[in-house]
Amino acid sequence: MEKRKERIDRGIKARSVDIFALSSWREMLYLAAPRLIPIAGFLILPLILGLYWQKVLLSVAVFALLAISWDILAQTGMISLGQALFFGMGAYTAGILNHYWSWPPLVAIPAATLLGGIICTVFLLPVLRLRGIYFSMVTLIIPLMLVRIVEATKIFGGTEGLTGIAPLPSKWIELYLIMGVLMAALFGFRRLLASDYGLVLKAICDNDRSVINAGINIYWFKAQALFISSCIGALTGAFMTHVYMFVGMPVFALDYSILPIAAAIVGGPGTLAGATLGAFILVPLSEILRGIGGLRIVFYGLFLVVFIVALPEGIFHYVQRKYNQFERWVEVE
Amino acid sequence: MNSAALLKLTGVYKNFGGVQAIHDLSFELAQGELLGLIGPNGSGKTTAVNLITGFVKPSEGEIIYRGRDITGWAPYKIVRLGIARTFQMVKPFYHLPAYKNMIIPLYSPRVKQLAGGKYGDRDAVALDLLEEVGFERDAFVAYKNASVLPQGYLKRLELAKAIALQPDLIILDELFSGLSLAEVAGIVPIIEKLRLEGKTIIMIEHRLKELFRIADRVVVLNFGEKIAEGQAQAVMESDAVKKAYLGAEA
Repeated sequence: MEKRKERIDRGIKARSVDIFALSSWREMLYLAAPRLIPIAGFLILPLILGLYWQKVLLSVAVFALLAISWDILAQTGMISLGQALFFGMGAYTAGILNHYWSWPPLVAIPAATLLGGIICTVFLLPVLRLRGIYFSMVTLIIPLMLVRIVEATKIFGGTEGLTGIAPLPSKWIELYLIMGVLMAALFGFRRLLASDYGLVLKAICDNDRSVINAGINIYWFKAQALFISSCIGALTGAFMTHVYMFVGMPVFALDYSILPIAAAIVGGPGTLAGATLGAFILVPLSEILRGIGGLRIVFYGLFLVVFIVALPEGIFHYVQRKYNQFERWVEVE
Repeated sequence: MNSAALLKLTGVYKNFGGVQAIHDLSFELAQGELLGLIGPNGSGKTTAVNLITGFVKPSEGEIIYRGRDITGWAPYKIVRLGIARTFQMVKPFYHLPAYKNMIIPLYSPRVKQLAGGKYGDRDAVALDLLEEVGFERDAFVAYKNASVLPQGYLKRLELAKAIALQPDLIILDELFSGLSLAEVAGIVPIIEKLRLEGKTIIMIEHRLKELFRIADRVVVLNFGEKIAEGQAQAVMESDAVKKAYLGAEA
């Protein structure tokens, strides 16, 4: 007897919209679970992890935010290879505010977020007209240039960097601040991108001439997306400056540009949730592989390749699809 | 007619490198008129539309809309003045359902301005507009992804996107191309309705038979130059036009 696999959308999916969602606990749970599980995870993880893994968690959250920042730009059609620019700009701004003017961390971080966002946006405004690989190249080059400028002119501590920067008041504030920001960014920007405003941003990626033809100034919208994205990046940089109590040239390192892209691609681009999920897999994986020593990067690379080949759509898209449907084998007549 | 001219092109030139795409093009368009823009392939019809809508900047000459010089303006600013166009090659957002495609023009500052600063429920407006151009509401066509819609619906969607901007001047770039006779017959009443609403329309068309039924006047282009202008039948009688369409021997 021949059989074939049948995929069916869960009836509950159709019923779980709008007011119908309130009709039963099961339906409410179906809707709420994908949101409640990450929230619960974010809140509980810092409590159950040891000191070392708490530090890893900080790193995870930072790379998740950078991946979200990359994903927002990518959805607007700007493929950035320079999240390090945003990260470094925020890091240096916070460092300068604290080192020279002794701004307390909880003031310096929001200030550096905004200032860093504005500076990065202004930096990239002239290249907003570029598309595809041309935009990518510019974003890749700018942070590399900035490193050399800091080195050559010896501004802001030169190669030594700025030290003695005030830490955040406590470990718990560090952890819950960055987790809170991650949750707010994840759910907030997911909602924003699902709105009509987000539709315009995605349409620019899809077909920019058609958007211009609707009387919309796409450069204004691209600049807004760029500002949002660079603010998120700057925030992570400012935060890490106060965690490390140091800011120097490594903040413009290529890691901050490439790892977020890997996270977003492995997790599933275009959802923000995928970017977060990707960071939650890749960063701890990199830590676990630390024991292997020299071959670490080989295993890491292999893992990336396997995932991209096996699940090119990304983990999140796959999970989401499976969550909304079920499969069964049926007999073919 | 001179004082009532809605759109006026005077001595417009466009060169792409050494190629002269448009050569000394001048014509006027009165409010409420339906002008056919015809000519053989490569005669510069689409370039003329690109010049009016700002997608291409003229090398020389001026374009006046409602007494305002819009030469070299950015396309999105020209749209805000009330000039909307469709593209010859349809440009839908393929991964979105048809009605979500309509959200982009409905998000336009022009729509907001005309509605007195409010956008309202765009989804509902989108569905109404799509029904107007023939997306049957009962069949839920408007909810289908643009990627699965047949060409006829994509052309209608393109038209609906232009109408959503509530323009005064609509430029239709080969709206009928690639459509069956029945599909064209379905779209003609929509255009006639737009005319009744007082819209001014420019139609670029190769389907001359259908065009001549509704056009007030036609302008014929050949190698970027205007070779004839006037009533459809009279223009087609002219030697220059016959030569352009049928070759020198005709």
